[in-house]
Amino acid sequence: MIDRVLDNRQFDSFEWRFVAVVCAILAIGVLSIYSVTYAQPGDGLPLYVKQVIWVLIGCAAFTIMLLFDYHQIARVSYTLYVIVLALLVVVLITGKTSRGAQRWIPVGPFAFQPSEFAKLVLILVLASYYARAPREGWMQRVVLPCLIMMPGLFLILKQPDLGSGLSFLAIYAAMLLVVGVRSKALGIILLFSLMLFPFAWEGMWGSLHDYQQQRIMAFVDPTYDPGGKGYHALQSRIAIGSGELLGKGLYGGTQSQLKFLPEGHTDFVFAVFAEEWGFLGVLVLLALFVGLIILSLEIAYTAKDMLGALLAAGIIAMICFCVVVNIGMTAGMFPIVGIPLPLMSYGGSATVTAMAALGLLLNIKRRRLTLFY
Amino acid sequence: MSEQGILGDELGELQRRLTILKIGLLLVVGLVTLRLWHLQIREGPYYRDLSQTNLTRSIVLEPARGLIYDRNGVLLANNVPSFSLYVTLEDVKDREDLTRKLMKLVRLDEVRLRKKLSERSTKLVQRKVKDRLTLREAALIESHRLDLPGVMIQAESQRNFPTGLTASHVVGYVGEVSADQLEQAEYVDLHQGSIVGQYGVENTYDRFLRGRAGQKLIEADALGHEKRTVSVEKPRAGDDLYLTIDLRLQKLAEDLLGDEAGAIVALDPKTGEVLALASRPAFDPNVLSRELTAKQWEEVVQHEGRPLTNRATQGQYPPGSTFKIAMAAAALETKTVEPSTQIRCAGGYQFGRRFYRDWKAGGHGLMDVTQALVQSCDVFFYTAGQRMGIDTIASYAKLFGLGSPTGIELPSERLGIVPSTDWKQKVRGEQWLPGETISASIGQGFVTVTPIQMASLTATVANNGVPVRPRLVRAVMDRATGRVMELPSMPLNRLNIKPETLAIIRNALADVVTEGTAKSAHSSLVAIAGKTGTAQAASLRLGTEKNIPKKFRDHAWFISYAPVEAPRIAVTILVEHMGHGGSAAAPLAKQMIEAFVKLTPYEPRVVQSGSEAGPILTTLRMQDPP
Repeated sequence: MIDRVLDNRQFDSFEWRFVAVVCAILAIGVLSIYSVTYAQPGDGLPLYVKQVIWVLIGCAAFTIMLLFDYHQIARVSYTLYVIVLALLVVVLITGKTSRGAQRWIPVGPFAFQPSEFAKLVLILVLASYYARAPREGWMQRVVLPCLIMMPGLFLILKQPDLGSGLSFLAIYAAMLLVVGVRSKALGIILLFSLMLFPFAWEGMWGSLHDYQQQRIMAFVDPTYDPGGKGYHALQSRIAIGSGELLGKGLYGGTQSQLKFLPEGHTDFVFAVFAEEWGFLGVLVLLALFVGLIILSLEIAYTAKDMLGALLAAGIIAMICFCVVVNIGMTAGMFPIVGIPLPLMSYGGSATVTAMAALGLLLNIKRRRLTLFY
Repeated sequence: MSEQGILGDELGELQRRLTILKIGLLLVVGLVTLRLWHLQIREGPYYRDLSQTNLTRSIVLEPARGLIYDRNGVLLANNVPSFSLYVTLEDVKDREDLTRKLMKLVRLDEVRLRKKLSERSTKLVQRKVKDRLTLREAALIESHRLDLPGVMIQAESQRNFPTGLTASHVVGYVGEVSADQLEQAEYVDLHQGSIVGQYGVENTYDRFLRGRAGQKLIEADALGHEKRTVSVEKPRAGDDLYLTIDLRLQKLAEDLLGDEAGAIVALDPKTGEVLALASRPAFDPNVLSRELTAKQWEEVVQHEGRPLTNRATQGQYPPGSTFKIAMAAAALETKTVEPSTQIRCAGGYQFGRRFYRDWKAGGHGLMDVTQALVQSCDVFFYTAGQRMGIDTIASYAKLFGLGSPTGIELPSERLGIVPSTDWKQKVRGEQWLPGETISASIGQGFVTVTPIQMASLTATVANNGVPVRPRLVRAVMDRATGRVMELPSMPLNRLNIKPETLAIIRNALADVVTEGTAKSAHSSLVAIAGKTGTAQAASLRLGTEKNIPKKFRDHAWFISYAPVEAPRIAVTILVEHMGHGGSAAAPLAKQMIEAFVKLTPYEPRVVQSGSEAGPILTTLRMQDPP
């Protein structure tokens, strides 16, 4: 039996479905980027071609994550975390600054963003922490992992990168939730705050004055909307809303084509898609994401040990959080924070990280029948 | 299954919680879907209209900059309405055509216009193509607006300096925020085209003066013209500043300098409030606040009088004999000389192979420290300096604030140089030569200072050794609350110099005017104390004064305060290339002080914060239209 699993490189039907869903989302992403940027004059490769390259690199990452046993990967998780922390420090010292935020390390013609990789590494670290021994008591369950997360969170907020910082917190909270906290009350609070976070935020946020919001946003995330508060959010709502049921068709999105919508290929790619494909398209896309989540939860559920289940839960939390917050912000439910839409937004670091995470997920599924000595 | 062992239970529990996670996630996705349904289906037609009629765009509403007043409420900087011409590139179909049409209607620099119109656009914003349109030009554009898609005239406020060249170095000028500035945190909420202070208090107090931009979201028609206002966020005007400057004294100071290059600083030695800070030649802030062509800008920068240099804070000159104040303090404090010690001056000082001359051929005879200051005897200080060594001299010069910024609120204050053995090793990589100590002893050689530093030193002496930080802004009127905040003066710690030492110096400085080198500053109105200085501009001695070309002639210094008993004003004069301090600078100080005494007859010195706010507020209501 062991031999069959280890030697059989063929995908079974579950894996085929998983890969098909991922590919469909990736394809929609590239198509949307193509639609916004094909007419833009630019130097060098067009953005959609670059994104295809990122996806190919992502495939390599996916395969690599699939090849090694995830236990081996988890074993080096602390080392990886130290490396990522070092990279985050490098970013702060020598990173490329863009409108006040320092997030990128330039490598040749490209620039990569360590805070994206940091998310996946955080999942690895927390999962192997909890899986190594039964962590009993308040101290070991809640406080210690929080201390592990702190240096990374601090360095990311220092950039400042509010979006990645929030993802960090979400991953930590989700891990805590699935590990379970002995205190029922804390567990319930965590669960509710995680679920109600967006809405609570909106309530708190909405009670602030415009200029207070603007001050806060300018403080935490200066790259967004300098001097033009509300413009992005309104343009994004118009883009989505004007898509109506059937959408305006490919290249038909006036909002994005006429550049009313800024960042149409990155953080606002969902608005572009919603404008061109309408509510029906949106339903299809959401169904794909929900399908991905359900398949992933299936993997978490059938994982053969704690490490696998925890890793899977962390990855699901990371992807879900980004999807919900990104779509929520383009639809005007939350303030605009810089969180890309996984597998769709243009961006090398985010795409490669997401695909590596999915590779890891499939890895957990594949080894569930393996005996482990 | 057995290998899962003890962990089995925990894994089971974890799986149960995964189910909760699943339900939670599906719920949230459901909410998002609901929101999208609301946007796209229920409100879809509304948003479709918005996107079709197109098209909203945002217009930045520039805030009115805060006003600047002198200490008595006289207006130094305000805003006047003007028309600016904007172009939204996305609405322009044919840029060539537009260029031609605009050139016909408005006076424009063609090269510049083409450059502005050829910029690549990333975002829908209007570009300012020209400011200060005449009423005629604005009317012409408006009447042709159907031919000019994407063109818009906007009424804006333009910075105006009613006093023109007067106080220009203090008030400064404004200009568009530069690309470098936009990268800085201080300017983060600004955008391209924002007007910020680029010089003077306009620059250092920009945070207050700037205000906050508002924004108007409008719906535009296909030609880019405004159809309907969607929302308006009003701009908030900047805070007003009340300077410490007294415009009457400021004008007098500038008139006294006339066409000569130089600087005059007058300050209140007790509070550090700068009453006048003049630098000549000056610039016209009204011209510099406009968009200048490269050629116009070059003319200003390359003007040989360097009008953009604020000589009071950025001009670095050898202090000449005014440095002897610090020297006398150093000599007395280190007990290098006692108050009664006498040194013979025979017209020069032989050191090694070089003979250092005294300014008075034949010498002054026997001199104690008081007489040496009164007659400005060089030999006395050559000797004292030689005995103390350069590093002791440097430490006392630094104690008086030389070599470091005074902290006045003007950009790019220069530091001057207080030389020491370390300094020479570090900066020049050479050893200090003993002969250089002798030059430094009379404020020549490597020593340089700025007039504001000397003014601060004078105030410290007048104030019995308590230094104050010179300051230019007295109060800020907060627009949000309407309240006037008085900025407190910042007294610093008393210098570590004995009161007896300062008393000797102060007595000597009073005698300088009554019987010494500055008799020309003697006033029948008020008792003045002072010290003359003559700073060599060129190291060469080219014969007698008269036949030296002007640019090699000495700079004239005079530092002073009055009244001698209870000083209320300290005046520092520097006139470039005008020769002796006693003849060229001292009379100017006398006029400044007499004018001050006449303008502000003696008033008992009581802290009067309450009485100040009243008149300021009244002035404000008068100046500020509702």
